[in-house]
Amino acid sequence: MSELQVRKIVAGYDSVPVLRGVSFIVPHGSLTAVLGPSGSGKSTLLRVIAGLNRPIEGAVVVDGTVLSGPRVYVAPERRRIGLVPQDAALFPHLDVLANVGFGLPRARRRAQEVLDLLEMVGMADYATRMPGELSGGQRHRVALARALATEPDVVLLDEPFSALDAALRAEVRGQVRQVLRRAQTTAVLVTHDQDEALSMADQVVVVDEGRLVQAGTPAEIYAKPVSRWLAQFVGGALVLPGIWEDGAVVGPLGAVHATLADGHMAQAGDTVDLVLRPEQLSLRAAGAGPGRAGEGVRALIRDVAYFGHDAVVTMDLPACEEPVQARVLGDQRWQPDSEVVVGVRSVGLAFAR
Amino acid sequence: MRLARHVATGGSEATLAPRRHLRLPGGRLALRASAAMAAALAAIPLIYLVVRVAQAERTEVVEALWSPRIATLMVNTVGLVLAVSAACLVLGVAIAWLLVRTDLPGRRIWLVVSSLSLAVPSYVAAFGWIATTEVRGFWGAFIVLTLCNVPLVTLPTIAALRLANAASEDVARTLGRTRWRAFFEATWPQIRPAALAGVLLVALYVLSDFGSVALMRYPAFTWAIQVAYESLFDRTLAAVMSLVLAAMGIVLVVAERRLRGARARVGSTVAARTAPVPVALGRWAWVAHGGLAVVAALSLGVPLGALAKYLVLRTETSTAVRPGDLLADAVSTVGLAGAGAVVALALALPIGILAARFRSRLATVTESASYLGLALPGIVVGLSLVFFSLNVAPMLYQSIWMLAFAYGVLFLPKTVGAVRSSIGQVEPGLEDAARTMGLSPARVWARVTARIAWPGIGAGVLLVALTAMKELPATLLLRPTGTETLATSLWRLTSGTAYAAAAPYALVLILVAAVPALLLTREVAGGRRRPEETL
Repeated sequence: MSELQVRKIVAGYDSVPVLRGVSFIVPHGSLTAVLGPSGSGKSTLLRVIAGLNRPIEGAVVVDGTVLSGPRVYVAPERRRIGLVPQDAALFPHLDVLANVGFGLPRARRRAQEVLDLLEMVGMADYATRMPGELSGGQRHRVALARALATEPDVVLLDEPFSALDAALRAEVRGQVRQVLRRAQTTAVLVTHDQDEALSMADQVVVVDEGRLVQAGTPAEIYAKPVSRWLAQFVGGALVLPGIWEDGAVVGPLGAVHATLADGHMAQAGDTVDLVLRPEQLSLRAAGAGPGRAGEGVRALIRDVAYFGHDAVVTMDLPACEEPVQARVLGDQRWQPDSEVVVGVRSVGLAFAR
Repeated sequence: MRLARHVATGGSEATLAPRRHLRLPGGRLALRASAAMAAALAAIPLIYLVVRVAQAERTEVVEALWSPRIATLMVNTVGLVLAVSAACLVLGVAIAWLLVRTDLPGRRIWLVVSSLSLAVPSYVAAFGWIATTEVRGFWGAFIVLTLCNVPLVTLPTIAALRLANAASEDVARTLGRTRWRAFFEATWPQIRPAALAGVLLVALYVLSDFGSVALMRYPAFTWAIQVAYESLFDRTLAAVMSLVLAAMGIVLVVAERRLRGARARVGSTVAARTAPVPVALGRWAWVAHGGLAVVAALSLGVPLGALAKYLVLRTETSTAVRPGDLLADAVSTVGLAGAGAVVALALALPIGILAARFRSRLATVTESASYLGLALPGIVVGLSLVFFSLNVAPMLYQSIWMLAFAYGVLFLPKTVGAVRSSIGQVEPGLEDAARTMGLSPARVWARVTARIAWPGIGAGVLLVALTAMKELPATLLLRPTGTETLATSLWRLTSGTAYAAAAPYALVLILVAAVPALLLTREVAGGRRRPEETL
């Protein structure tokens, strides 16, 4: 069992803290994504866990063994923690096989187990290639095999897919996820891409300005963000002002069923922010007559971005200065400059001001 | 493109098509012929040296070759070359690492300071050490040559380190390597070709250095050749020694070219995308500052200190040099160096154009021939041309033309490099575009290629002229009787221990050498130029 605990880490460069007290636990064999905007300190966090940066305060613990802590500092070469850097960083002077075998004792470097690893990442046919001859995705798979070769307790992946183009990214993501599952390795992935975090991870840890914002399953992070900022950072959201009326918010979209976000309190009549995901909105062609009360609000379509499987419709609401976006299925066609009735399909989230 | 040419040259010119000019086959033929001629001229010193040795009495040559004197010189020279190369490798890589990979404050200033020793010609540094200290012999030559040549390793290593992927060192650490082993296994292989190419260049300069070993009275080949030449009886011995030295130089240049080829092949295919996190030195920063300060003090402080001491003394003693002499020497130096640069340009143009635009065996051969100027020490070129002019062209013996030709050969590699890179920067697409606008190949060259390339070539030739002003050994052998240059006067005065009189010469020579050093350091550290262009 390899459980990673990060406890109240304060760390930085030249004793200027980049991380200001971050804690979370990564259960054995699971993948945790550390999600945050660039400059949030997430790469520093990986360096702290790997032992490449010595924290000012806090502790890194694997299976109850303190690796970094007050008066304890285990060198990176003794931690049994693997690293897949942002640009793969294969050793350019070694071929694929030698790269993967780098961390093994000399006798085992060319053994079958190395070939098995290459097989697992689908690179067995490339054993004698030099890194310069590989594509970006292939390099990352080799880098992953290299990190797994020493059977580390924890594998760290630093923005491993940001160098790949969009089509390749989805494919390599899936492959990496599969390899990590099969190897049952505890893994931490750092990314600024929320799709990546939500689709790959068992747990998402959101970090901003060196502090932990929220930790939870992808569904929790998406459905129950603890702040407006997080709601907008993960998945995009529309934020509408309104009045709290026990169990509903009355605002530009009429009365919308909503619950209060964790840690937020409001009295009836208080002004709150209603946060809705674009896919929570439903559109209906506006009939000739006026709509009945409670059915929704009329809006004018300004623009339609069509993606095939779905489409994003941008609309002007009468009582709202900013345009509002709805994500709808792609089988229904909407025309710019036509009128629609906007409804809300599910319960929204309210944040006290 | 090729098809279009066939169409244009094959039939009558179509009236609808844009007007095309027939390609002049004579143009390329003339270029090839002049490149071959230039290469043959550049090979004269080596060829004539072989001829001279072949003409000598067989027994005399064998005797000279197997004499204990040659064996001693060989040991002395190789020993010095190895010692300086090793010292430069260690110092150069350490300084490069400090300046690229750590958080040492003032790294930019240290980069400039540590490259400034390129501005002190080695014999000027030797003058500084002789004039102020008691250090002589092996250690004197070792110290002076190491300090002067370290930047030849530091600068290309800096360029390679900046390209090398620092994250691979992090990965090596997570895979069980200590800090030292991670550097040697992950980073060193990435910078090794650059560092070793620099070291080979250092070896080459030490091998061909004449001024500082002679001033330090360390019996190496170069000094022994000059002594043998002056004694008049030992001319065959001088020729044999020159040939041995030439062979060693050629081996080093070939090795350096090979390494450069290997570097180009491995390349930086896995270049880093993110800036590496610098190594925090903490308290070690003071040790680093101290070390860099000691190197700077020894390489710059000693020569400048000697200058200060004797420039002040100059006004108080009667042995001072007359300003008129200094001026006369400066004028003749500028004239000779200018003539040399013009000769170098004339030889370099056809070779450089051929190398930049036409990949062919002839281009490779002629470019290789131009590198003889790097492989052959100045003393060897000087001696061979003395023999050559005495036996083949007596009217040129001790004429400024022979000396200008020697400069032309010695500085041919630099000039070819300038021509080649300047022309290489002109995109062939531009030439094609100009052709489609109805210009003939000759006019494309005149209006596009030459127009874009000439500033680069001109700057290169100016730098060559500046470099030629410092040349010492070939000048000593070939200068017309009674003509002195700045370098030969400094040499004569220092040999005669007239340090106060020598000081102004040393000052002027440092100023001359500072120009390429200051201009090009940044470019070499950025990997855009080769280190030998700074010397």
